[in-house]
Amino acid sequence: MVESKHQWKAWLYLAPAIVLLLVFTVWPIVNTVRLSFLENYNGMKAAGGATFSIGLWNYEKVLSYPKFTDTLFNTIILCVLTVPISTILALLIAVALNSIKPLQKTLQTIFFLPYVTNSIAIGMVFAAMFNVIGSALGTPQENIESYGIINNIIMLFGFDHQSWINSTSTYEANLFVMTVYIVWNALPFKILVLLGGLQSINKQYYDAAKIDSTPRRRVFTRITVPLLSPMIAYVVITGFIGGFKEYSSIIGVFGDKKMGPPDDPDRLNTMVGFIYDSLEKNREGLASAAAIILFGIILVVTFINLWVSKKRVHY
Amino acid sequence: MQIELRNLTKVFPSRDKKSGEEVVAVNDFTFTIPDGQLIGLLGPSGCGKSTTLYMISGLQKPSGGQIFFGDEDVTEVSPEDRGIGLVFQNYALYPHMTVMQNILFPLQNLRGKDKMTKEAMIERAHQVARLVQIDELMNRKPSELSGGQQQRVAIARALAKMPRVLLLDEPLSNLDARLRLQTREEIRRIQKETGITTVFVTHDQEEAMSISDMIVVMKLGVLQQIGKPQEVYDDPANLFVAKFLGTPPINVFSGIVHNEMLYIGEAAVLPAPSVADQQVHVGIRPEAFVLDKDGPMTCQLNNVEVMGRDVSIVCTNEASENPIIRAIIDADARSAISGDSVRFSLKPHKVFLFGYEDEMRIRTSEVK
Repeated sequence: MVESKHQWKAWLYLAPAIVLLLVFTVWPIVNTVRLSFLENYNGMKAAGGATFSIGLWNYEKVLSYPKFTDTLFNTIILCVLTVPISTILALLIAVALNSIKPLQKTLQTIFFLPYVTNSIAIGMVFAAMFNVIGSALGTPQENIESYGIINNIIMLFGFDHQSWINSTSTYEANLFVMTVYIVWNALPFKILVLLGGLQSINKQYYDAAKIDSTPRRRVFTRITVPLLSPMIAYVVITGFIGGFKEYSSIIGVFGDKKMGPPDDPDRLNTMVGFIYDSLEKNREGLASAAAIILFGIILVVTFINLWVSKKRVHY
Repeated sequence: MQIELRNLTKVFPSRDKKSGEEVVAVNDFTFTIPDGQLIGLLGPSGCGKSTTLYMISGLQKPSGGQIFFGDEDVTEVSPEDRGIGLVFQNYALYPHMTVMQNILFPLQNLRGKDKMTKEAMIERAHQVARLVQIDELMNRKPSELSGGQQQRVAIARALAKMPRVLLLDEPLSNLDARLRLQTREEIRRIQKETGITTVFVTHDQEEAMSISDMIVVMKLGVLQQIGKPQEVYDDPANLFVAKFLGTPPINVFSGIVHNEMLYIGEAAVLPAPSVADQQVHVGIRPEAFVLDKDGPMTCQLNNVEVMGRDVSIVCTNEASENPIIRAIIDADARSAISGDSVRFSLKPHKVFLFGYEDEMRIRTSEVK
């Protein structure tokens, strides 16, 4: 314990961090909760001296907004698609990486590269890969058909090129592109965590399994996965939290503020996108309510995750 | 199952690429382990005993030589097909499975003609659990067990599939002193009951001596001596074996043989028939000393440690190669100790001569 006469010193040293946290973290959280209960709060009006009555109006409004329920659906479906796929892929890649000796470090570095790459840049590359034509808004003069690599591959197998992200693309095609991109983007971190977990598993368990002539598949399901379960739970939980905050990846693929293909620009909007849009229109009350709802969803999902992992995760 | 090692050798490539020196962990081992016996591989750390065990298990491939189980050459057979049970030093119990699941695990892997029904597996699991006396712990996780109980579970898991050979790597090193005594009796009992040829590795000579039918003493990858524990103790092949076996350890003196008489310092302690004149190491077991006021050996008394049944006399002598000499005598003889020095005569069969350079045993014609 710190002696009482030295306590002021401790507080002094902590002060810069505490002040910054209070101003930039704690107060915004408190303020968000406050604004969410002020009816149709608008920053401009508030500056002009308007007052707002207290109530659940913002929540009712947000939840009855078809636009909001669409973003909620988009967010959830992206989470549900990408988190399991990326976790399973990461697990398989991590196990494969762990089982090879030569080139392990090199491959590890390659797999980790996306993590240090800007996600907007990755999005632009994915957009180029899935493109139909170089210019979606091509005028008759510049009607250049330049297919992205994916369409080139499809055509190589004799199929027709698809519109993945351009005008006339379907919602499912858009979702597919986003899933591939988000999964690819999420892999490095998960692989790193799982590989770290794998390397800390005592090799003797595998020797013991070998002595007992355990088939490889059974070694994986009965030894590797259970012993890795704390790490798996960790990447699933952080994956869901990250998934619910999905925003920049969609901007990355579809370009400047368009949350969808050119002919349906809001189609893939997410909850975070909705919050940004509301803020842009100075509707801070609605944005705050949406943010609190998002927070609530993440909280519930995380609790469910923890509850499931308590039953499934060993130790 | 008789196990035979023929010219077994294991060479590890050097870690340090510059020097390129290889490490010979096991050097040209040849010995036979008779069927149904309990064998202790004994030696200080780094002597290659664990490597030998892992080569018998198949987890490590020998660099040269052959391993036979009975008449079958298993050198190239993979571990899962050798029919062995292995108990790891840290037990390697699967932490997420209960005791029952741990014991069932190897049984569930059995395929083909060995495949068992679920009922038969559970029956077998209970059978081995009863053998090692853990049948009331079947639903616990390993983390809820004491070290000794974990050890038993590990043995039960290794025994469940009825191996031809049971291998134990330092089975008692993680247990406290009391449990170690108890568990080693237990291992002895289980081995006797099952009759499975068992090889265990230890650095603790007392442990090896107490339960083994045969001990194999190793040093730096080289086999030193094989034999029944008492035989090896009573008739060590070289100074290393003599020093390694026995608590308290053997007392070593430098001595001279002259005209078939052994001298330690100035004192002519024992006759050494048919030994040529030379300088020697003299190994004297603590129990070789007999208090004798006319005895030839005089030592300066440090102190007397009373241990109940017997008394340990700590003393010094200029010719001793160790800083102190320890002599164990009967507690009844204690009253004879007085003054600054003690005099001993020696029991000839507890005194061994070793060559000064090669440290190999020099046998006298009369004294065994």
